[in-house]
Amino acid sequence: MTAIPTVAAIRFGYGLSPSRPAPADAAALLAGLTGPDQGVAAYPQETLEQSAPLAQEYITVRAARRAADKTLGGTDPVLAKAVTEVRRKLDRQMVKAALTALARAAGSAQPFRERLARFWGDHFTVRAKNLSEQGAVNAFADAALRPHLAGRFGDMLVASTTHPAMLIYLDQTTSFGPNSPFALRHKRGLNENLAREVLELHSLGVQGGYSQADVTAFANLLTGLSYTLENGFQFRPAVAEPGAEVVLGKSYGGTGPARLEDIQAALHDIAIHPDTARHLARKLAVHFIADTPDDALVAHMTAAYAGSGGDLTATYTAMLEHPAAWADFGAKAKQPFDFLASALRALDVDPATMLGFTPKEARQRLLEPMRQMGQPFAEPSGPNGWPEEAVAWINPQGLAGRIQWAMQMPETLAPVLPDPRGFVTVALADAAGALLVRAAAGAEAVAQGVGLVLASPEFNRR
Amino acid sequence: MDHKLVSRRFFLKSAALIGCSAAAHPFLSSVTLAAAPWEERLVVIILRGAMDGLDVLQPVGDPDYAALRPGMAAALAAGSAGGAINLDGFYALHPALAGLMPLWQAGELGFVHAVSTPYRDKRSHFDGQDLLEAGTGFDLGPGSVRDGWLNRMLQVVPGVEGETAFAIGRDEMKVLQGDARFTAWSPSTRLTLSPQSRLLLEAVYHDDPLFRDAALPAMALAEELAMPEDKAAMANSQAEAMAAVQLTDPKAKPDPLAAFAAARLSQDTRIAAFSLSGWDTHRDQAGVLGKSLSGLQNTLLTLKAGLGADWAKTTVLAMTEFGRTARENGSKGTDHGTGGAMLLAGGAVRGGRVLGHWPGLSEAALYDRRDLMPTSDVRAHAAWVMHGLFGLDRALLERSVFPGLDMGDDPGLLL
Repeated sequence: MTAIPTVAAIRFGYGLSPSRPAPADAAALLAGLTGPDQGVAAYPQETLEQSAPLAQEYITVRAARRAADKTLGGTDPVLAKAVTEVRRKLDRQMVKAALTALARAAGSAQPFRERLARFWGDHFTVRAKNLSEQGAVNAFADAALRPHLAGRFGDMLVASTTHPAMLIYLDQTTSFGPNSPFALRHKRGLNENLAREVLELHSLGVQGGYSQADVTAFANLLTGLSYTLENGFQFRPAVAEPGAEVVLGKSYGGTGPARLEDIQAALHDIAIHPDTARHLARKLAVHFIADTPDDALVAHMTAAYAGSGGDLTATYTAMLEHPAAWADFGAKAKQPFDFLASALRALDVDPATMLGFTPKEARQRLLEPMRQMGQPFAEPSGPNGWPEEAVAWINPQGLAGRIQWAMQMPETLAPVLPDPRGFVTVALADAAGALLVRAAAGAEAVAQGVGLVLASPEFNRR
Repeated sequence: MDHKLVSRRFFLKSAALIGCSAAAHPFLSSVTLAAAPWEERLVVIILRGAMDGLDVLQPVGDPDYAALRPGMAAALAAGSAGGAINLDGFYALHPALAGLMPLWQAGELGFVHAVSTPYRDKRSHFDGQDLLEAGTGFDLGPGSVRDGWLNRMLQVVPGVEGETAFAIGRDEMKVLQGDARFTAWSPSTRLTLSPQSRLLLEAVYHDDPLFRDAALPAMALAEELAMPEDKAAMANSQAEAMAAVQLTDPKAKPDPLAAFAAARLSQDTRIAAFSLSGWDTHRDQAGVLGKSLSGLQNTLLTLKAGLGADWAKTTVLAMTEFGRTARENGSKGTDHGTGGAMLLAGGAVRGGRVLGHWPGLSEAALYDRRDLMPTSDVRAHAAWVMHGLFGLDRALLERSVFPGLDMGDDPGLLL
């Protein structure tokens, strides 16, 4: 049986560190959910408002170049250079966002909170389809998710569903009530993408009790949610479908002009639907504990969620108080981001040093390896986010990426590599197998010994 | 010792070193038991960025074509590469593919024009590629099917092993993702281990099947690509590939993705998928497209050279998410469109022809008055190829591989 603090640190956090004590138990993990969000305070991420000027600049210079092309019939070198320069700024913005995310995880004093932020960030996947949307995507988690990590799921669902990054990603910005004045005038119509994914991925789950009629009605209800860079988020009754919509058997709106409050009310009801309780409980258990989690554990969490009206802290507490949460340690494989974050944490890499990396250094040491391991930063392949199953990550290509990184990169990150004989205990405590302890001591050089520990099954499992 | 045996010996050797049972190893089971369930090879190339079918396969016989692209035609005439190559009096091939003319003449290269997926109107690369790789209709909506059509094909055939299908390169290949087993590997992957580190790693992975089964093929593949014996074995096909790609461009080098694909397909692999980028030609299309087409030509010539006798059993499908605007834009390029072209190559193909119903390019014939009107579904052609290559039942293809597809009449793509 692995010691409780070891499981707490590795399974529910970003692993062990020579400079940060492991959480003693479930209570210590939960204590990190109260008080200010230290990750946000220590390593701030750009807000949507802060990033908007650069997005606007990109759109402007791109449009100017296009217009000049048309009139000149060729390329204007000054504008072409301007576009390249803005792209470079956007690239630096992306690298900084990635380093900030890694710094928060690797240097966290509230590691369970960081893990939850990442979990919900994946649950509510957003991705930039265009460079001009990158700022909104980078700002999404801090604005819509992190304030609600320990609160009610309904609040998080409302915040995420109405955030510009989500509106853009799931096409809500091009969805119009078919009978709205705007759609009738401009021959536009409904886009069901956001409505469907909210029900299928974010709340009830694909097995949930909803029909195509619910999706369509919900899509009609969501019309009016809009975002533009110039005007920011707006609820626009002129593009909203008039009349009431019946979603999951309950009617919303219909009296007077369309209102944002009706959408919020529907989302709050969806949040406390029994199928949502089951879906979220299971998804949390799959993420933290096992690809096929214990049914009793899931039932216990589902009951806590349902009994508390969708209170997330109550749900996490139910998970952590259940014995199955602490059993069968090592059932999950760390995803590449978590692998890197926990390696940086074990190697005690100073987050400030990381944040000082040039884009080239960041790419070479962290971002390209993450891509090679199968998880390019901020580029999930679809709205369903990253896969959970261990085999999705521990395959020939992905494991080769981990081994190569473990053997080559630590010496470019830590000023002095630790002695592998001590490092195996620093990184894994009692989770290290006897064979690994012996193998680490048997390596021919320090870098290989450290690499062996980081590439080991023990370090890659949780 | 031939290439095949060398490779097998290495998989065996890796396993023997750490003493794991042969049956537990996914690669070994394919080595010791039957190999792949069939002999035919299929290579799927996703051309990311929306290839301009109207420039690759120019409908010079269409009375409306020249007027749509005045600036680009001029740029091409001024270039030193020469003009397009007449294929059949109606279509002409982009000059950057001149090196493929021997394949065309041998009936090993063909095209289908005016194809598309069911994707319409939004013209987003991201959504368009998702739909192309999912192989679903527009009715199912984006994201409702989360595996790729090539994977669903593997799900319905027996005897598929981890080595049967390879996703090659650094790009994610959604077309091959799903529950059926496949191996993803990029020949650019470096795994440089000292012998001592390798031994120690094999020891720590020994009792963990998940890690052992991933690490052994990884080490074997990395070593195979680096080992001297194998280099010698590969030297012949490499030299042939070099000679083939340098016929038209003395500075060209064989495409590493295609060379790796050919090496795998010469062994137990039967399906390979990879992608080529660089087709989003909004500006200065003559230069950009020419470069990308040279790359595609290089890829096909490398595959042919590397596959040797197996080329006769091979079909290559190259497809893109959508075509581009019929008219050139203000930047001597083209914007996102709808109908495009797909390419078929290989010894198994009945080539030397351009298939597909030509819709015309008059204003009224265009889709949305701007794009080539699609007249057939790219999925139907892929389905007929799989029907021909692997004997897959039509009902199965229309139900499981491409749900909801009507394959229509057999276009007779294969020999």
